Amino acid sequence: MLVYLPIAEVSVNVLLLLGIGAGVGMLSGLFGVGGGFLITPVLFFIGIPPTVAVATGANQVVASSISGVMAHLRRRTVDLKMGTVLLVGGLIGSSLGIYVFRWLTALGQVDLAVQLSYVVFLGVVGALMLQESLRSWLRAKKPGAPRRKAHQHNWVHALPFKMKFRVSGLYISVIPPLLVGASVGVLSAVMGVGGGFIMVPAMIYLLGMPTKVVVGTSLFQIIFTTAFTTVAHAVSSHSVDILLAFFLIIGGVFGAQLGSQLGSRLRGEQLRILLALLVLAVCAKVAMDLLIAPTEAYSLRVAGRF
Amino acid sequence: MRVLLALLLLLVALPARADEIIGALSQNSVELTASFSGSEILIFGAVRRDSTAAATDDPAGEGFDVVVVVEGPRQTVAVWRKERRAGIWMNVASAVMASVPSFYAVASTRPLESILSPEADAEFRISTRQAIRADLAPENALFAEALLRIRERTDQYLALGRHVHVDRDILFRTVIRLPANLTEGAYTTRMYLVQDGAVVSQFRTAIFVRKDGIERWLHQMAYDQPLLYGLLALAIALGAGWGAAALVQRIRES
Repeated sequence: MLVYLPIAEVSVNVLLLLGIGAGVGMLSGLFGVGGGFLITPVLFFIGIPPTVAVATGANQVVASSISGVMAHLRRRTVDLKMGTVLLVGGLIGSSLGIYVFRWLTALGQVDLAVQLSYVVFLGVVGALMLQESLRSWLRAKKPGAPRRKAHQHNWVHALPFKMKFRVSGLYISVIPPLLVGASVGVLSAVMGVGGGFIMVPAMIYLLGMPTKVVVGTSLFQIIFTTAFTTVAHAVSSHSVDILLAFFLIIGGVFGAQLGSQLGSRLRGEQLRILLALLVLAVCAKVAMDLLIAPTEAYSLRVAGRF
Repeated sequence: MRVLLALLLLLVALPARADEIIGALSQNSVELTASFSGSEILIFGAVRRDSTAAATDDPAGEGFDVVVVVEGPRQTVAVWRKERRAGIWMNVASAVMASVPSFYAVASTRPLESILSPEADAEFRISTRQAIRADLAPENALFAEALLRIRERTDQYLALGRHVHVDRDILFRTVIRLPANLTEGAYTTRMYLVQDGAVVSQFRTAIFVRKDGIERWLHQMAYDQPLLYGLLALAIALGAGWGAAALVQRIRES
């Protein structure tokens, strides 16, 4: 069953789109990542023009994040206060990121910059997460071993402007979450993703938030940044394809529900090991594209269309 | 069939000139609707030949060929070349092709190079290579070759030798398949009557490709009212996200 997409100007299989939406939505509900770092490459692969893929991917992430947050709100695993602080940082960061993106475009190497930042960030984040989560999983298997403290006190706790985040059980300065939000905002504007895959580990390891709360809070934050991105793309490059988004969303919202229910049955460490493996797999794929000689050294870009 | 008959009548009514080609299309317009997945266009017509010439010069009656060209709207394309720098494959050089067809199909009764002289090809710009000639500057040769190679592989540029069928030495027909990733615009259709390597007659018409129905509405809105369009996209996301969550919740409660 084929459908012709008005903005992407290609016709693709509806079932394929529903399937992609459902798959990415499930990951979104499970891990609290928007899935932008997955959906964009997949859309490239099925022949959607890159700019349409980036902009429409953001639109789909809005829907699956809302669906996921609803499920998390019901279980009271969203720290709205922390989410708002992160969001303020995120909006400052993404406004900055847009300037960085323009500067890279002027240099003519924006593709390379995006691919390299994918490799670096996904690689570092994935490796750190895998190492940490494997260690705590092994420790949990040996009940006799001493448990690590819930969170350690470090320089983060010495900063001023302390605020109480009851849902996360934290009493820390607002500066680290603002900085985390801002740097993720910069990256998400440059890489064209929601930034959940960086946000989630940053919340766990830098801010010391409990894993259960992290997912819902990250999703809450992502709704707003991706909504901002969607409208910005629609206005500046006319590259949001509503019909494409519609089919991805239909698949995505149900996938997200499924994912968040699955997530409530898995242990925190297992969840983190799976996310780490996924992040590393995408990193390896992007790295391969940069390192292995392409079969066709030439590529075409049609002007006027985005 | 009625169209064909009308064509034949028209042909008979034409002033008695030596050789003439006249053609028509199964459809003059293609609507890009939600269910569009490519379209097959039947291109057909008739050849009127000077009866004396046909009888004397060419007793076998096989002395002519027909070439049909369908050309999509022209566009500007940047061709990039990747090279290895510091172990990483990156875009290092590019050439801009100012005006190349988005779609180009050449169908002929026999392979083009065996029926058409290079001079005639250059004059009427029939082969794909001639169609992008303006962008074939020597310093861009490798980039132009890459463009042809890539578009041939994606079936955007087609060379269909032995794809035009001739019936009873007078009627011809061919089917050109327009791909699913069509661009809007006028697709000029040219038909050439070729004899002894030269073009002796030509006929032009066009297929109009445009979006229709919801595709047309969305496309127009995306360009005319981008802010409203962006908000609509958000509203759909919001509604669907909320709706699905509420639906799943209701199912679980019941």
